[in-house]
Amino acid sequence: MSWELDGERPIYSQLLEQLQLRIIAGTYQAGQRLPSVRDLAQEAAVNANTMQRALTELEHAGLVHAQRTAGRFITEDQGKIAATRTTFALRHANTYLSGMQKLGYTREESLTLLQEADK
Amino acid sequence: MPHILECKGLVKRFGKKEALAGIDLVLEPGRIVGLLGPNGSGKTTLIKLINGLLVPTEGTIRIGGFPPSVESKRLISYLPEHTYLSDWMRVRDLFAFFKDFYTDFNLNKAEDMLQRLSIAPGDRIKTLSKGNKEKVQLILVMSREAQLYLLDEPIGGVDPAARDYILSTILSNYSESATVLISTHLIADVERVLDHIVFIREGKILRSEQVDTLREQEGKSVDAVFREVFKC
Repeated sequence: MSWELDGERPIYSQLLEQLQLRIIAGTYQAGQRLPSVRDLAQEAAVNANTMQRALTELEHAGLVHAQRTAGRFITEDQGKIAATRTTFALRHANTYLSGMQKLGYTREESLTLLQEADK
Repeated sequence: MPHILECKGLVKRFGKKEALAGIDLVLEPGRIVGLLGPNGSGKTTLIKLINGLLVPTEGTIRIGGFPPSVESKRLISYLPEHTYLSDWMRVRDLFAFFKDFYTDFNLNKAEDMLQRLSIAPGDRIKTLSKGNKEKVQLILVMSREAQLYLLDEPIGGVDPAARDYILSTILSNYSESATVLISTHLIADVERVLDHIVFIREGKILRSEQVDTLREQEGKSVDAVFREVFKC
């Protein structure tokens, strides 16, 4: 998974999303130790302070916890990871629905088309 | 503890031309700061004042508490816009030259960085491509264990792959107690490695802000804001 950042939104919030996605996708497994801030920043080619901020937010969200001197670890609380996954899924669903609305489809038509698309 | 850099009421005139018209700037350690402005806005003048190549007309500069002097030069590692290296020298001669000149030059680090490039220590500077010349200069500058790195247009005139190398070298080689000041007008390329930006126009600071604060407030990239502010 590469780090994709777009032009407009704050960089730390995009890093936060990408870190969450990596946890949902299992790139970082529950209980696993995260790479250091510096290594993550290097990998994403971003400023270390910006990465630090994203990690602090991730901690506030309860998805990682810091252990003094040992580093940061991904939560083992599968419920939290599942909840984050649902949040992301709902966001995708809403994006689809509002896109279809702009094209003039009703909610029912949008849902029917979604099933069509899957076939 | 004194600030890494503190400029107060800095004015520089060249005859009637006012290059800097009152700069107040304080930089904290552990930052990568972008000094952003169009051509002729005073970026290079400010950098030359900080490292003592020019003398201010008015105002004061302190680097780690010292005025520009032998003491401040120990703390500053400077990458000038134009090279001053003799092009008949070989890369290994330059390393030895820097090792001799600066007590904080880390030869192992320089050799490590060079190894990752396809440049041989025995290559003469004049045989290197423009991009490789820039890379060698950056290696020299970043191999010093300095407190303040002043990089004047480090990515101007090199291809995108060389830019990536240069930016990642900067990211991986400054210590947490050091500050890097990068002057450039290629903002889109450096935006994500910066945490603070200073917009400068006609010798004045227009805006000094955290990158993400600016993005939050404006809903735009620094590059887009720059294009708006400096629209011709």
